[in-house]
Amino acid sequence: MLLIKCPWCGPREENEFSYGGEANLVMPSDPDQITDAEWAEYLFFRKNTRGKHMEQWVHTFGCRRWFNVERDTLSYKITGAYKIGALSPEEIE
Amino acid sequence: MKRYSIFNIARNALSFHEKWPQAWRSPELKSNYDVVIVGGGGHGLATAYYLAKNHGITNIAVIEKNYIGSGNTGRNTEVVRSNYLWDEAAHLYEFSLKLWENLSTELNFNLMFSQRGVLRLGHSLQEMRDINRLVTSNHLNGIDSQILSPEDIKSLVPIINLSSDVRYPVLGGALQKRGGTARHDALVWGYAGAADAYGVDIIQNCEVTGIRQESGRISGIETTKGLIKTKKIGVCVAGNSGVLASLANLKLPIETHPLQAWVTEPIKPILDVVVMSSAVHAYISQTAKGELLAGAGIDSYTGYGQRGSFSILEGAIAAIVELFPIFSRLRLLRQWAGIVDICPDACPIIGKTPVEGLYFNCGWGTGGYKATPGAGWVFAHTIVNDSPHPLNKPFSLDRFTTGRLIDEHGAAGVAH
Repeated sequence: MLLIKCPWCGPREENEFSYGGEANLVMPSDPDQITDAEWAEYLFFRKNTRGKHMEQWVHTFGCRRWFNVERDTLSYKITGAYKIGALSPEEIE
Repeated sequence: MKRYSIFNIARNALSFHEKWPQAWRSPELKSNYDVVIVGGGGHGLATAYYLAKNHGITNIAVIEKNYIGSGNTGRNTEVVRSNYLWDEAAHLYEFSLKLWENLSTELNFNLMFSQRGVLRLGHSLQEMRDINRLVTSNHLNGIDSQILSPEDIKSLVPIINLSSDVRYPVLGGALQKRGGTARHDALVWGYAGAADAYGVDIIQNCEVTGIRQESGRISGIETTKGLIKTKKIGVCVAGNSGVLASLANLKLPIETHPLQAWVTEPIKPILDVVVMSSAVHAYISQTAKGELLAGAGIDSYTGYGQRGSFSILEGAIAAIVELFPIFSRLRLLRQWAGIVDICPDACPIIGKTPVEGLYFNCGWGTGGYKATPGAGWVFAHTIVNDSPHPLNKPFSLDRFTTGRLIDEHGAAGVAH
């Protein structure tokens, strides 16, 4: 069971949250102008990182707000939780 | 390798079964192979076997970072069936099921393949409509499949709870009689022995550390046991597909999730059919040893740790105990998880990649075990001809660009 620290509500059990996949995916600003390959890349292709992974979670049974979590996908250790838009310490470096 | 037969068993009994030869060799890694298969699970070994048997290529290495069958092949719940909804998937899985039916004889190894039937339960009006559609679609594809009423289910599985006063009442189901179970370790050992007999080198404890390319073509593969020169690499590594792809600077439309299963203490025979329910995301069967073998859905988050969440286990067991109150006092013996490669459309990717000479067989997600023989067959064909077999043509990587997805999610029953 993961203990996830919601930036608004504090640490709560995994069951209160829903997973939202890889973080920081940006929707193409002009969908009419991009190729099918670029669409596919945005829609389907993922880093699927083995190790430190930035991902989105939503506090479904709490404040219902989205935020980013940095989690190791091998050890499942969570090393940070950030409000959307806020960068992780590593990204700021 | 010595063939297994009743006479051989009797002869070896005289020497107290101490003089059986090794079932497969442990050869030294050579520096050059025609084809290198990465991943010594069922799919990798089956691919090597069919490369040798169907195409006469025997200068092959199967490299495995642990021991063969130590990944998902040794962790799955042994269910074999072919009642898929869409034509493309149904044809591939049915081809596989037909290979299963003669596989023990072909490999000269008892796979304990038991066509005991696979029953999928329906718990809502919508699910019964889906089952109706599925069974009709199966009939059109020549796959045996039938709709069962609650009374039929009761006579097939007398211990099931048909009360309407439960969270998920049983309204009916779909049965594939030719479906069933097969011993997963036996599949690995059967293919390993048969491939080895053709001269395939099975190299264990050998991890891939790099993939070498020269102007967009494969030129070699780096491993912890040294560099191998080869022009063709076939990758069958399930949950670690993304890791291997990144070694070749590729990205795949795949995410890796943990999928867990468990067994109870062994009891006398009580359940002689596989029961699955996609609504409650649980499935259960009884092994030859008497243990009840059950599994759940995947964990929602991605993960490479081979263990599952307690909440998933708890939810699936609650659902199973509601269906089978008689199991409520059983204790769990073991619980484990494998890491599965989930594709957006719940169908595999079997085919070429943008790198010439590099082939991927991945994305099987929660249901790759049942397809092992067929996947090996068509993947071997793809590697040899550098173009797909008609059965795996629809399962190419570029379907995510063209949009021609094969949406098996839910429609075929998420539980595998």
